[in-house]
Amino acid sequence: MSRGRIWFKALSGSNGAQPDGPASLLVADAELGAEKVSYLAVAPDDQARFPRARGGEVGVEEGWYGARALRRIIEADCDRTKRPILTIVDAKSQAYGLREELIGIHLAAAGLIAAYAEARMAGHPVIALIVGRAVSASFLVLCGQANRVLALDDPQVLVHAMYKDAAARITRRTVEELDALGETIVPMAYDIRSFDKLGGLYRLLHVAAPDAPPSESIEHVKSALVDAIADARRGPRDLSSRLDSQGAQQYRKASLAVRAKMAEQWTAL
Amino acid sequence: MTTATQLPEEVLALSARRSYIELNARARATQLLDPGTFRELLGPFDRIESPWLPMQGIVPQSDDGCVVAKGTIDGKPALAIALEGKFQGGSIGEVCGMKMAAALALARQDCECGISTGAVLSLESGGVRLQEANIGELVIAEIYAELIALRQHVPVIVVVAGMTGCFGGMSLAAGLASYVVMTRQARLSMNGPEVIEQEAGIEELDARDRPLIWNICGGAQRYATGLADMLVEDDAAEIAQAVRTLFKKGRPAILRSDPQELYVERLKQLDPAQPWTAEQIRESWKERAR
Repeated sequence: MSRGRIWFKALSGSNGAQPDGPASLLVADAELGAEKVSYLAVAPDDQARFPRARGGEVGVEEGWYGARALRRIIEADCDRTKRPILTIVDAKSQAYGLREELIGIHLAAAGLIAAYAEARMAGHPVIALIVGRAVSASFLVLCGQANRVLALDDPQVLVHAMYKDAAARITRRTVEELDALGETIVPMAYDIRSFDKLGGLYRLLHVAAPDAPPSESIEHVKSALVDAIADARRGPRDLSSRLDSQGAQQYRKASLAVRAKMAEQWTAL
Repeated sequence: MTTATQLPEEVLALSARRSYIELNARARATQLLDPGTFRELLGPFDRIESPWLPMQGIVPQSDDGCVVAKGTIDGKPALAIALEGKFQGGSIGEVCGMKMAAALALARQDCECGISTGAVLSLESGGVRLQEANIGELVIAEIYAELIALRQHVPVIVVVAGMTGCFGGMSLAAGLASYVVMTRQARLSMNGPEVIEQEAGIEELDARDRPLIWNICGGAQRYATGLADMLVEDDAAEIAQAVRTLFKKGRPAILRSDPQELYVERLKQLDPAQPWTAEQIRESWKERAR
């Protein structure tokens, strides 16, 4: 079982199967803390209709069915407390295929991103928990619009723009050179602790045996999720917590300079 | 003996046309705004450059490949952003990405204060800048957040003219836009052909097969299947006119990223076990293309 499925089951108590939807998209409601929450995940399915999306990729079905699931949640809660939306992230990448491009995978991904952002703006705490891979568009789609992102502190947890071998090929470097660069250039590093330094995470969670989590690990993660939900509800409904973080003060100085100077020049005109 | 050469009308029309594709990013942003109203923000003389490229022996550019300007379109306040495809392939790094996100946020704040400020983005991009990898990912997420917030107030228009094309993270930005304008030369696609061939093999896609690639993601196909709103000639005046026309229309009734039920139905009707052609998709989707 993929790590995403293991954690989805451990946290929600459900396998996330949908009566009308692809088996690669897991959705379930569960109790967390003292309230109802919705869990989502994208997971491998070797029987998936689209052959290029069988390994846990975000493809056209995951995008459009995922957007439908989120918009149903937003609609159901329009007149009541906005339930937290928790995405368990272990998704290899986007799907790479000719059929996907023909029918506009860029739009399917945009559809899911828009649904996450609208949920956040409507007041749903949108939380992502990275337990495995969040690479390229799978990060942008599943974590990008979250108010708070948490990750397991584990060598298999990976946030990046591109896998190492492909990135090495395209930038005409060796994998060893990329590793060396990652030691001095923090945004290029492949370990999750470096990503944490950039201010991208609300919390990094130390968990024993992430592939077969014991109950105390599950409880530890649940209590961190409850904290993240409360923190998201206290804060603004945007992504400012990332750029306002201590990590950003140190590693995103250029971002902060651009934001300040742009505001100054905009008002002067 | 006669010396007067009679040129066909279409040749004369072509020679009078000013190419948009051949313009650099600054000239594009100027072109999209009313004449004389272009005011660049964080221009090259502000010298905010990528801190990450020089650390890797790569020469930075003083605008980081992104031109942001305030001006007017049809006399109304507008923001124009143009990416320079010739600098690092139009890739999104920390500075250029934050310029986009910050400007979109300021336009939205103006909208909230009653100063309606629309935005037009001329996108030429290969996606995230690998030399700034994870900061690029973070800043692209911030661009999406601001684009989605702004499009609730005013139209956000994306122009994809070519020849770099609009790929990766910026193809999703086009998906989020209120309107998309393309030329026949332009491509709009999540994964570039080389990346698909690399990841899925040449039997999935031969990246050298240019007619096939333009058939999949070229402007004519994207327009025919409803993934772009206007198909225009490579003519600077015509593209600026298209942008004015779309601003006049105001916000669309249904955003392109929203009709998930329609796409779920379309997905059910397609059989991914069969090979598909661009013509089939065009034929079966044409009645719903906008």
